[in-house]
Amino acid sequence: MRTYAELPGLMTLMTGDEKHGPSATSTLDVLWVLYDQVLRVSPGRLDDPGRDRFLLSKGHGPAAYYAVLAAKGFIPESWLAGFGSAGSRLGYHPDRNLVPGVEIASGSLGHGLPLGVGLAHGLIARGLPGLDDRAPRVFVLVGDAELDEGSNNEAIVYAGAAGLPNLVVVAVDNQSSSYGWGPGGIEAHFAVSGWSVTRVSGRDHAALAPALDAPGQGPRLVVAAVEKGVSVP
Amino acid sequence: MSDMRTVFASVASSLLDEDPLAAVVLAEISADLFAKAAARHPDRVLNVGIREQLMVSVSGGLSLAGLRPIVHTYAPFLVERAFEQVKLDLGHQGARAVLVSIGASYDAARAGRTHHAPEDVALVDTVPGFAVQVPGHPGEVPGLLRQAVGMLDSGSTYLRLSTESNRSALPLWPGLQVVRPGRQAVVVAVGPMLSPVLDAVSDLDVTVAYTTTVRPFDGEGLRALASSSASGAVVLVEPYLAGTSAYAASEALAGRSAFRLLSLGVGRTELRRYGTPAYHSALHGLDAAGIRRSVTDFLGLT
Repeated sequence: MRTYAELPGLMTLMTGDEKHGPSATSTLDVLWVLYDQVLRVSPGRLDDPGRDRFLLSKGHGPAAYYAVLAAKGFIPESWLAGFGSAGSRLGYHPDRNLVPGVEIASGSLGHGLPLGVGLAHGLIARGLPGLDDRAPRVFVLVGDAELDEGSNNEAIVYAGAAGLPNLVVVAVDNQSSSYGWGPGGIEAHFAVSGWSVTRVSGRDHAALAPALDAPGQGPRLVVAAVEKGVSVP
Repeated sequence: MSDMRTVFASVASSLLDEDPLAAVVLAEISADLFAKAAARHPDRVLNVGIREQLMVSVSGGLSLAGLRPIVHTYAPFLVERAFEQVKLDLGHQGARAVLVSIGASYDAARAGRTHHAPEDVALVDTVPGFAVQVPGHPGEVPGLLRQAVGMLDSGSTYLRLSTESNRSALPLWPGLQVVRPGRQAVVVAVGPMLSPVLDAVSDLDVTVAYTTTVRPFDGEGLRALASSSASGAVVLVEPYLAGTSAYAASEALAGRSAFRLLSLGVGRTELRRYGTPAYHSALHGLDAAGIRRSVTDFLGLT
């Protein structure tokens, strides 16, 4: 198992870029905290129906995701160097059918949260005991610009009404949406639909972990605020 | 006899009772028909409101959780509006569902183009691994629905219901079944086209074969029937976009030294007409008179 400090080196294996600090990737800290402290899933329990699910909806720029999966032993580090090449399982958008531990194939924006709503419903319907005797949860990572896609709005309003207590959205907010979300931020749009919402620094591990792991009566949104990014969603 | 939609809702409700992993996802349409089932199985009958993208995505998520989802609404909203969800959240994920549509090509003739979906089968056909079933009678719906749900461990099915119906139901059969033998040509009737086809060719010496199973297409069956036809003439009569199965028939017959294929179905011109389904069938040449005209022209019998 690797440490957080070793993630930039793993990312360099994919990109060849020598200058990977954590700030180069908006999602790195959220991904690390999820896999290091929050998600009840492990390489040995990938087929356990009671595992927590993590859905990377914002499938662009998955180097940080692959680095964390490698660091935690889900995929061999030897896969990283081939990133995006013809024989590689690691593409520029991840595919659940190719990569152990990847729960959805993503790339087209606005699919992860709606899929997560179905998954959350399905886990409730099955009544599965989770790992460590806590019911399995569904975590969906979206980008702030990804929320432009209208399919998310269908899911936000419905999930709030359905009151899914096992659904957590983490919105990595690097202010890359062209039109933004107004004075109340992203969280205002979820709160009005009945979600419980919180905003933390997307770089502060000590703040992220309890925010992500908190129990809820209904669906929860964690806005993980990071530096303003270039306008690539 | 009840119509296909009513039969579907009844059988799907029974499946919910029998199978703890069966689920139904709706977008308001037909929610009234599932009210009792929803009361019995609130976790597995989900009405997401008028949100068809979400409806299809939710079915993908249910499948990833190990459930067997049945998804249902009007054909244009199920297949066309939510097509990327069908392509990605079912097909690309490797998730599986039974998509059950109503409305067909122009059941809602009076409602106009927004409620017509003659392109649905062609579109679903672009997603690998989808079976397509087109029942021709309400009595065929229970067997096809149960078969589709039973097959969910291996693949998804598109089940296309219609208010158009043949005079009687035929037994469940995996491919082409000969309804009437003949020598001059093979006429394949899909789903509710069987009765009009039989009326159209009643005095012609042609084989009439029937199928509900459009995908996978029974190429072997077509090859065998075509080899018994002296002229190699084959006519496909489909109740949706003309030519939807032409490539499948051509592939099946490619090894023959000579064959001729005529593909009948709904035309590509937007008619901008209301009226009845029978009126639209006549406009597209899919009533008995129109089919007869096309077949006799094709066979040089006029």
